[in-house]
Amino acid sequence: MTAGYNTVSMGTGRSSFHPKKPRPMLEDYIKEAGQHVLEQIGGADHVDECVIANFIAARYNKQANLAAFFPFIDEGLTNKPCVRVEGACATGGLGLATGIKTILSETADVVLVVGVEVQNSVKAVYGADILSAAGWYRERKEGHAHFFPGKFSDRAGAYFQKYGREKTRQAMALWYRNAIENARLCPTAQEYENKTTELEKLAFTEPDPNTFVDHLNVYDCSKVSDGASAIAIMSEEGLKRCGIAKKDAVEITGLGQAVYDLTRSPKDPVWLHTTEAAVKKAFRMAEIAHEDLVTVECHDCFTIAAVMAVEAIGFAAPGKGTDFILQGNTSHKGKIPFNTTGGLIGWGHPTGATGVHQAVTIWEQLTRKAEDAQIKIPRNKFHALSVNMGGDDKTLVAIVYKKA
Amino acid sequence: MAMNYLEKLENVTVLGAAGKMGRGILLLTAMEMLRQKLKPENHKRQFVLYAMDVDNSALDELMGYVRNEALKYGEKNIVTLRKHYQHRSDLIDNEEIIREYVRNLTELIRPGTRIEPAFDSRIIFEALSERPDLKVDLMLTINRNSRLRPWFFSNTSSIPIVWLDEQAGLEGRIMGLHFYNPPPTQKLVEVIKTESTNPGLSYFVAEFVKNTGKVSVPSYDVAGFIGNGYFMREILYAESLVNDLQKSFSFSEAVYIVNKVSRDFLLRPMGIFQLVDYVGIDGVQFIMSVMNSYITGENIHSAFIDKMMVLGSHGGQKPDGSPRNGFFSYEKGKITGVFDTGKQRYISVDEIAPAGDEYIGSLPVSWKPWKELVRHPHKGSLLGVYFDELKEKTSPGAVMAKDYLQKYREIGTGLVKNKVAFRFDDVNAVVMHGFQHVYGPVNPYI
Repeated sequence: MTAGYNTVSMGTGRSSFHPKKPRPMLEDYIKEAGQHVLEQIGGADHVDECVIANFIAARYNKQANLAAFFPFIDEGLTNKPCVRVEGACATGGLGLATGIKTILSETADVVLVVGVEVQNSVKAVYGADILSAAGWYRERKEGHAHFFPGKFSDRAGAYFQKYGREKTRQAMALWYRNAIENARLCPTAQEYENKTTELEKLAFTEPDPNTFVDHLNVYDCSKVSDGASAIAIMSEEGLKRCGIAKKDAVEITGLGQAVYDLTRSPKDPVWLHTTEAAVKKAFRMAEIAHEDLVTVECHDCFTIAAVMAVEAIGFAAPGKGTDFILQGNTSHKGKIPFNTTGGLIGWGHPTGATGVHQAVTIWEQLTRKAEDAQIKIPRNKFHALSVNMGGDDKTLVAIVYKKA
Repeated sequence: MAMNYLEKLENVTVLGAAGKMGRGILLLTAMEMLRQKLKPENHKRQFVLYAMDVDNSALDELMGYVRNEALKYGEKNIVTLRKHYQHRSDLIDNEEIIREYVRNLTELIRPGTRIEPAFDSRIIFEALSERPDLKVDLMLTINRNSRLRPWFFSNTSSIPIVWLDEQAGLEGRIMGLHFYNPPPTQKLVEVIKTESTNPGLSYFVAEFVKNTGKVSVPSYDVAGFIGNGYFMREILYAESLVNDLQKSFSFSEAVYIVNKVSRDFLLRPMGIFQLVDYVGIDGVQFIMSVMNSYITGENIHSAFIDKMMVLGSHGGQKPDGSPRNGFFSYEKGKITGVFDTGKQRYISVDEIAPAGDEYIGSLPVSWKPWKELVRHPHKGSLLGVYFDELKEKTSPGAVMAKDYLQKYREIGTGLVKNKVAFRFDDVNAVVMHGFQHVYGPVNPYI
C-alpha cells in the first residue's frame, strides 16, 4: 500500500463546520481524496481497477451507484473496472480487502481504494435511523433511539457489572483523553482544534438515560463525520510502474476477515468474538505475535469498544484491558501506541472511510510521514495492525502491515 | 382527582392563542394533552384544544409555530417518545415517531376566530392582551353561553383576579396563572387565587404545573403580582438614575451606564434597559398603566417610557426571537447603538462606550460572567467573594451597583411588606426563575 490521503474529517468540533451552511458533498470528498492519490502515483493511467467503500450514501445523500464516480475524479479512470463495497462501519476495511485480493488474483497491479461517507446531511437523531441499518432491521423497533450507542451502552453495563464500574470508567476517560490529544497532532482530525483542558473530567460526565443512553455519555462516542480517505494497493510490478520506492510503501502480510450472524445477539456482551477471530487470522497469515507490532489502529467507535478491543486483540486478558490502558500502554508514547491520530473518537468516523483512514495512518507512521503525530519506530519492529469493525462486532477486517 | 383533571383537560380553549404568550400556553397544553393521551389507559379519550384568535393569518402562523416547536421537542426528546409510541408497531424509525408526534399534536388543535367552540370547553386559558374590557367581555360571553361552568385561568400580569371574577360573574371559577415569556421554556408560573377561588382550580393547576415541568410561586392578588411588582419598580429606579446622570452625561450615555452597571456589576443576563427592550417598551407602558389604575398611594408611571414610545422604536422581539430595536439597536443579538432622544437616532455604542466605561470603572477581579455563575454548583460562595470585593470598591460604577442592590432589596422586601408576596423566598424564586437572576433581591450579600 502507498500514496495514502485523508481529507479533513468534517463535523462538529471543526471551526469551519456549520450545519446550515454549504459544505463539500459526497462527490467533492471522493474527488479530493482520489486526486491526491493519483498525483502521488503518476496519474490515472497507472490505475488498473478501483474500489469505492461507502456504507449508506443511498440514504444519507440519496446517491447509489458510487463506482461510477471514479471518472469524476479523473477522466482517465473512464472504462476501468470499478466496484463499490459495503459492510457497515467495516466498509473501508472491506474495500481494502477487495483491493488486496484483486492484487493477489493478479488481475491488477494497481488498485485505487477510496472510502467515503457524508453524514451531516441529516441531524444526528435521524442519522441514528440510518446507522441502525448496520444492525438487524427487526431489532430496530425494540432498539434504543440512539441505536448503536444503545448497543454499546448495554455492553458497557455488562462490563461494569462483571469487572467493576469505577476502573472501567477511568480507562474509558483516559482513552478519550488520549484520543483527543492524538487528534491535536493531526490537522485533518475532527478534534484537531479541541482546546478543552480537563479532558478526563469531561469524560467522567455522568450518563443521562433520559436524553441519551444508560452507561455512556457523548464523550464516550465517536462523532458524526464527513470525509474520505484513499490509498493505492499495488503489486511490486505496480510500484515499479508508478515509480514508487519500496521505502514509501508498506507490505500487507496478513488479512483476517470474519463475520457473525446479524440476527443473533453477542455470544458474550463483554467479549468481541468476531474481532478476536479476525485478528487471529491476520496474525496467523502474517506469522507475527503481539510484540512484533509497532502500532495499532482499532475501532474505537465507543470508549468501551476500545477497552474490549484491547482485550480481543490479545493485549490483555478478559477484564484487564482497563489496566492495560490505565498503565499508559496505548498512549502516543506508550508501549504500543493505539490510534495515533485520534482514532474514531478523535480523528472522526466517516463510516465508509474509516477502515481506509486506518490504513493511511499506519502507512504514514511506518513510512515516517506522520509529521507531528509520528511515533518512534524501533529498528527491530516492523509490523502494525488495523482492526475495522462493522455493526456490533458483526463484520470484521483485520490487516497486518509491514514496513519496507 | 386524576379523573377530574383529565376530564377537565379533555376540552380546553386558549383565548389569544396566536399571541406570544398564548401560543406558548397553547403548545404547553397540547403537549400535556398528548402526553396524557399516549398513556395506554387514555388511548380512547378525546382531547380537543381550541386555539382562538382574531386573525386567520396569525392562526396560520401559530400552526407553523406549533409544528416547528413540536418537531424540535420530538427531536430533543426522542428517547422518551420512543417509549410513548412503543405500542405502535408501524412506527419504527425515530423519524417516523417524530413525524407522528407532530401530527398527533397538531391534530389536537382546532384554530378559529369564532368564540362559540369555547362554549364546549371546561378549561379556558385567557392570554389576551392586557385590556381589562376585552378580557371581561370574552369571559362573560363564554360563561353565559356555556352549560359546563368552565374554569378560567388568566395569564394577566397586571389585573387583579378578583376584579375579573366580579366583572365577568365567574363566582370564583377563575385563577391567575401567569406564565413568563416564552412559556414553553421559562420555568416560572405565578399562581394567584382569590378568597373566593374554587379549590378545584388549585388542584388542576397543581397537576398541570407539575406535568408541564413548571415551578409555581403563589402571589397575592395585587395588580402586577410579584414579577411585574418588582420589575416595574426597578424600571422607575433605573429611570431616576438616568435622570441624575444626565447632569453630567447625555441621555444615551446615561442609559448605557445604568444598563451596563445593572448587567455586569449585578451579574445579570441583561441590563435593565435591555430587559425593557426584550419585554417591549409598549408592553411595559401598558403594564404600568394597568397597575397604576389599581394601585393606590404609589405612582407606577414613567415619563421616560412615554417619551421612548413617542420618539423611538418599541423593542420586543422579531418572529425568530431576535430583539427589535428599542433603547438599543441590535445586530445578531448584540447591542450596536443607544437611542438618543435629542437627535432621535441611534448613536453607535463605540462612540458612547469610552466615556461610559471610564466613568463606571473596572469590575471586581473576582467577577465572573452570568453564564458561568447561573448553574455553578458553588455559586453561593463565589457570590460571597465577589460581593465582599465589591463592597470595598469606590469607583462610581461600584457605588451605583451597591445603591442599586439596596434598592433591589427594598423593592423585594416591600413586596412582602405590602402583601404582594407571601414570603421573601417567593420573591427570590420569581426573580431567579422568571428573570434568570443568579440571586434574588432578599440576599445575604449586601
